[in-house]
Amino acid sequence: MSFLKINNLSVDYQMRKETVYAAKNVNIEVNKGEILGLVGESGSGKSTVGNAIINLIDEPGKVSSGSVILGEINIYEDPKNIIKYRGKKIGLIFQDPQTSLNPILTIGEQLIETIQTHLKLSKKEAKNKSISLLKEVGIKDAENRFNNYPHQFSGGMRQRVVISLALCCEPELLIADEPTTALDVSIQSQILDLIKRLTKERNLAVILITHDMGVIAETADRVAVMKSGNLVEIGITKEILTNPKQNYTKSLVSSVPPTNKKISRFVIIEKENKKNKQNNIKILNRWTKKEIIEQDLVQIENLSKSFDDNFFTENSKNSIMAVNNVSFDIKEGESFGLVGESGSGKSTIAKMIVNLFKPSSGDIFFDNICITQIKKNSEMMKFRKQIQMIFQDPYSSLNGRLKVKDIISEPIKLHNPSIKRIDLDNYIFDLLESVELTQNSADRYPHEFSGGQRQRISIARALATQPRLLVCDEPTSALDVSIQAQILNLLKDLQEQLNLTILFISHDLPVVRQMCDRIGVLKDGKLCEISNTEELFLKPQHDYTKELLHLMPKIESIYN
Amino acid sequence: MLQVDNSALSTWGRIKDSDIYYSFIKSPTAIISSVILFIIFFCSFFVELVTPYNPFDPSSLSLMDAFTPPSWTDDGLAKFILGTDGQGRDLLSTILYGSRISLIVGFSAIIFSLILGVGLGLTAGYFGGKYEMIVMRLTDVQLTVPSILMALLVDGIARGLISREMHDEMAIYVLIFAIGISEWPQFARVSRAATLVEKNKDYISASTIIGVSNIIIMFKHILPNILRPVLVIGTIGLALAIIAESTLSFLGVGVPPTTPSLGTLIRLGNDFLFSGEWWITFFPAIFLVVLAFSINLLGDWMRDTLNPKLKK
Repeated sequence: MSFLKINNLSVDYQMRKETVYAAKNVNIEVNKGEILGLVGESGSGKSTVGNAIINLIDEPGKVSSGSVILGEINIYEDPKNIIKYRGKKIGLIFQDPQTSLNPILTIGEQLIETIQTHLKLSKKEAKNKSISLLKEVGIKDAENRFNNYPHQFSGGMRQRVVISLALCCEPELLIADEPTTALDVSIQSQILDLIKRLTKERNLAVILITHDMGVIAETADRVAVMKSGNLVEIGITKEILTNPKQNYTKSLVSSVPPTNKKISRFVIIEKENKKNKQNNIKILNRWTKKEIIEQDLVQIENLSKSFDDNFFTENSKNSIMAVNNVSFDIKEGESFGLVGESGSGKSTIAKMIVNLFKPSSGDIFFDNICITQIKKNSEMMKFRKQIQMIFQDPYSSLNGRLKVKDIISEPIKLHNPSIKRIDLDNYIFDLLESVELTQNSADRYPHEFSGGQRQRISIARALATQPRLLVCDEPTSALDVSIQAQILNLLKDLQEQLNLTILFISHDLPVVRQMCDRIGVLKDGKLCEISNTEELFLKPQHDYTKELLHLMPKIESIYN
Repeated sequence: MLQVDNSALSTWGRIKDSDIYYSFIKSPTAIISSVILFIIFFCSFFVELVTPYNPFDPSSLSLMDAFTPPSWTDDGLAKFILGTDGQGRDLLSTILYGSRISLIVGFSAIIFSLILGVGLGLTAGYFGGKYEMIVMRLTDVQLTVPSILMALLVDGIARGLISREMHDEMAIYVLIFAIGISEWPQFARVSRAATLVEKNKDYISASTIIGVSNIIIMFKHILPNILRPVLVIGTIGLALAIIAESTLSFLGVGVPPTTPSLGTLIRLGNDFLFSGEWWITFFPAIFLVVLAFSINLLGDWMRDTLNPKLKK
């Protein structure tokens, strides 16, 4: 008899125009002492299922049918049940540790409050209990940290506090909704280990909601795959990942960048194969293609950038070195990867190369000309044309008030003011087709497109000036894996046919491995090592690189 | 090829499809206040077509009709619905003529302060540095001076500078300037704050990388994206401007008595309030309240609808 049973659960959102089924006839069972991974892309309904268990569905959504049975009790039978169970029998961990703690209460007060709400304990007993909990989740010096405020903890520590809050009333079921998505790789593995350990020690039933197949592979005992509200497949993790039955699961597994080898293209099962689109890149005819010369296109010498955030303390010691004496070269035609955790300065370097920031010291050479010394705007324009950038967030990188054709025509008209109307339209159509969008996209507004499609528009805009260097700043980290695979394929095709040089910035090692010829590893603004991709993954030199490689969640771990 | 499912719509179809239209249809407050405003605007701007009387044509006035009470009272006459004032002018027509002046002054003042405030706020937010500091301290100083006092000050200085003959002609422009100059800090603050948010978004970086000039970035990219909050406070500012105009006219520093506005009418009526002719000041005052209230209700609805945080 399984501990948690979800029977035929359906959740509807009654919208203005239609009813959206966030979950449809979902059947899931979870046993004690096991971790069930609930995996799916954004909008697949995985969080909805998690919220439905504790009846936290926001208006106008409602549970339209089905039942949730916890132990022996049907949770929906009596509204009082859920109040009794929420927080007590069911513990919750949310995605963002920054917002799931109250910033004006000490963590001790928050723990005591939660404990006293559900258990009949005196204040002293509650305090002892919370300190032992904090120790259990691995917070050192718990007696003193008990009186600290959330902002005095780092992100990973805060997530540990959230876990201790979830555990403080001895729950039997733990729902973790993307518990490590907001965290860096090194902290992610610690938190996952903690969840695994607690599951064993306390014999918990855990539902781990995530989009990351690597996390699933390393932690979950069983996995349930969801797609647009439907449960596609459920089973033992190893079986699902190695031998998926459903097409959707197959495409999901094949879109995950492998960590142990480099593949030439991602296999996309669902959409492609209909048309064999060789040489579909229409802008090739217009492209003044440069032969690849054996030279360094970009040379970066002793680059540093410090930020003085205070107006009054200029030149003071308070300044933070975001980038500290970094030097590297990018060869023409290659893709160079920059890897690092958040705050390592990788985006700052990108912004200096595209001349959004001025470096504090050091020089950047592009095509053997120092672009950091250029003062005149007209001189700069020549380089603006040759260096373009693709951004992380597809939602803020397009102006929502302009039509797609106006977004793409802006760079064309700016760098070629005399272009004729018909030529311009044709150019826009060619660009759109090159990024695999239809011609009628031109008359639409960005909000009518999905994240992946918006990223394509962004790429089309970047290509409009026929750049030689494309700086991609985490271009796929806001996208689902299957979309990520499509975009990465697109970037590879474009690079191959247009002889682009790419600077690819990411925190995601498997992605970088697929995309890059050479990789530089950044930590706290300093470059740890540069080497060829295969060499870096097989024989890392620097300790930090070794650690990163060791910690990254590996989907292949399941095969061993 | 990837396909977006909903086909392109006509302009009207787009409006009907939009969330704003939906929220408008669902809000009785918004519908009622905009119907009232439409009637007021229509009657005020096409006042010659609506009213049979021209209160500013001396030949059509008769002192015999002076102080006629509203038509439903014992002494009232059917042809003067809301009664007449001390010169025998039909009160309803006079109110409508007056509200035209009030609306013109209100709109012009708000447009003037919009241009000034948004211009300064946008550039301050975009360029930052010392320029931003100067502009923002200027708004702080401006905000410490009550707007009526500011307007009185401007009016006083203008009286000193402009010759007496010119004064009546210039009065309305002075009034617009006086109200406009006292309202701009609101717009400067809001548009600066919105600009600070927008300018850090990636689409602005993308335009900079392409090489688009600052002016075009500011006016083509940022301005349309900050207009929402600015329009919301602009609507509420319109009500304030109309009230400010009435207050100034009531104090006798507004429009000249030859072209009365709502404020002037209230002031004229005020003199007769204690001698029993209550209607001369009561109806213009009620009219002003209804006008300002409707604008505010519409502004509130706009704020709720356009604020993504309050969306359900």
